[in-house]
Amino acid sequence: MSRLQQRLADLAGRKALIPFITAGHPRPDDTVAIMHQLVKHGADVIELGMPFSDPMADGPVIQQASEHAIQQGVGIAETIHMVKSFRRQDPTTPVVLMGYLNPVECMGHQAFVDAAKDAGVDALLLVDSPPEESDDLLQRLRQESLDQIFLIAPTTTEQRQAMICQHASGFVYYVALKGVTGAADLDAQAVNADVIRIRQHTQLPVAVGFGVKDAASAMAVAQEADAVVIGSALVSLLHGCESMAAAETAIAEFLGPIRTALNSL
Amino acid sequence: MKYSDYPDSRGHFGQFGGIFASETLMHCLTELQEAYALLKTDDAFLAQFNHDLADYVGRPSPLYLAERLSAAAGGARIWLKREDLNHTGAHKINNTVGQILLAKAMGKKRIIAETGAGQHGVATATVCARLGLECVVYMGEVDIARQAINVYRMKLMGAEVRSVDSGSKTLKDALNEAMRDWVTNVDDTFYIIGTVAGPDPYPQMVRDFNSVIGKEAKKQFAEKVGGLPDALVACVGGGSNAMGLFHPFLDDTAVAIYGVEAGGHGLETGEHAASINAGKVGVLHGNRTYVMSDRQGQIIETHSISAGLDYPGVGPEHAFLNESGRAQYVMINDDEALAAFHALTRIEGILPALESAHAVAFAQKLAADLAPEQNIIVNLSGRGDKDVHTIAALEGVEV
Repeated sequence: MSRLQQRLADLAGRKALIPFITAGHPRPDDTVAIMHQLVKHGADVIELGMPFSDPMADGPVIQQASEHAIQQGVGIAETIHMVKSFRRQDPTTPVVLMGYLNPVECMGHQAFVDAAKDAGVDALLLVDSPPEESDDLLQRLRQESLDQIFLIAPTTTEQRQAMICQHASGFVYYVALKGVTGAADLDAQAVNADVIRIRQHTQLPVAVGFGVKDAASAMAVAQEADAVVIGSALVSLLHGCESMAAAETAIAEFLGPIRTALNSL
Repeated sequence: MKYSDYPDSRGHFGQFGGIFASETLMHCLTELQEAYALLKTDDAFLAQFNHDLADYVGRPSPLYLAERLSAAAGGARIWLKREDLNHTGAHKINNTVGQILLAKAMGKKRIIAETGAGQHGVATATVCARLGLECVVYMGEVDIARQAINVYRMKLMGAEVRSVDSGSKTLKDALNEAMRDWVTNVDDTFYIIGTVAGPDPYPQMVRDFNSVIGKEAKKQFAEKVGGLPDALVACVGGGSNAMGLFHPFLDDTAVAIYGVEAGGHGLETGEHAASINAGKVGVLHGNRTYVMSDRQGQIIETHSISAGLDYPGVGPEHAFLNESGRAQYVMINDDEALAAFHALTRIEGILPALESAHAVAFAQKLAADLAPEQNIIVNLSGRGDKDVHTIAALEGVEV
């Protein structure tokens, strides 16, 4: 069982909190420290965004964070290196890399898998690489026991849901709304119904993300889901933090109530 | 498999093409694939399309022998396929006339598009005005500044032009923003992509709607001269005008095919938009193709004097034709394109778009290497009225 699978299996009914941050944002030197703070304040898994110049599935907050990180010289190699640094102090918290395909293609599938494995990365989520186009990469990831996370959207048909679940490992990520990351309108009732539908196709844990921004929305979608991903709201908050001390306070104040809310379920 | 048989059922041209899109879009891409597969052989649909091309666009466009240009080049005869004479001034309308019929057949009420030079935006705004559909066009801030007339034309036709200020603020960013709109409004919105890029079925669909260019040229050439031309030349940004001319000739392997990329300030300066000549295989905007990116896989900014060629990717079928050797991709830099613009204007009285001027420039070189009895067809993909201000500014002339 992979570190990610083990972590989610160990939850035993407790809801998992998966914060997302963009590597290198707001400052490359703080990313590893921010990751440790996320764990301290209740993260079960960390999703680390690999900055990409053309993030088509992301809203303005994560777009700007990516641009900012790229300007400071952070790309796929630096992101992987940050995971390696994080692992020196934290050998247990799973890290999922999230991003777009082109940087991975550019690096080469095997080179990426080798570097990710060596650094202690646990899983990969590529927004623009559906299962149909992922054969080669998927095979190489499996060889090294890395999980590949796939998205299911509100528009995904039952038939596609079944196909995606067959390819997925680690967990299945349900996109809670039609739109980009950080969008506003979330229909929690519909999301919960959708999660129940997805469970017909898989035993894997189901995470919900896109549009989850605080304790209330996290609690609303976690009625059915096993895990909640929070990205844009956190990235936006970190954007305003001038120092690591400010970031520490912001993370504690932001994640604390969400963790408490999820624990109450 | 013949060249004309591509793509395969999943949109692959060899290793290129495919569907690399957000999961939210997968279902509507499947719907689009299915709708297009049905309609592309539907008699009523094709009759309507051909009717619109004839009576609204003004087709067929002439195949014109540019005698003085040929004489000046000193070799083969240069024929111009006059797409500049189409309604709205470029080949882009061939595709939007087709896609709007598809949108209508699918019951979509809202149309979105991206545009670089503004020609595709104008062509989309035009067909939306004609059918009374809501139209939103995404355009980079930089392009809005250099193509002010086209922006105004779109607004006159009732389109909303949304300025995109992310990334390099040009065509690629407009495309990203259109994709974000689409993913948000997927139920009622039809995305009219303007070039032979994007996820399947766009590359084949945009090619098919533009292939009227090559079909007409083939017939016109046979009537005027007999047989087949020796070479075809077209400029390539995303590559829609080029695919439109090339596709009906792909299996006629005696016909040499040249795609002309924007060499900008020259390959050695790094300031160009030659994705095939200088890019590497990657994934951008929904398909695998040649992409201009840095060593970390970030898409890099391109440069061309012509906004329509200023794009860091290229249609996947061009990538395939390059890899298979069926077509050759060459480069023309800004200065050469500008010289060709002036040459065609002065000695033929035809003011070409700066994009098309790249093709003219290469055709002049090629003609010089061929014999007088040989024939080259150049796709004169658009007219240059939109570029007059850019050229005047470059030459320090106040208009």
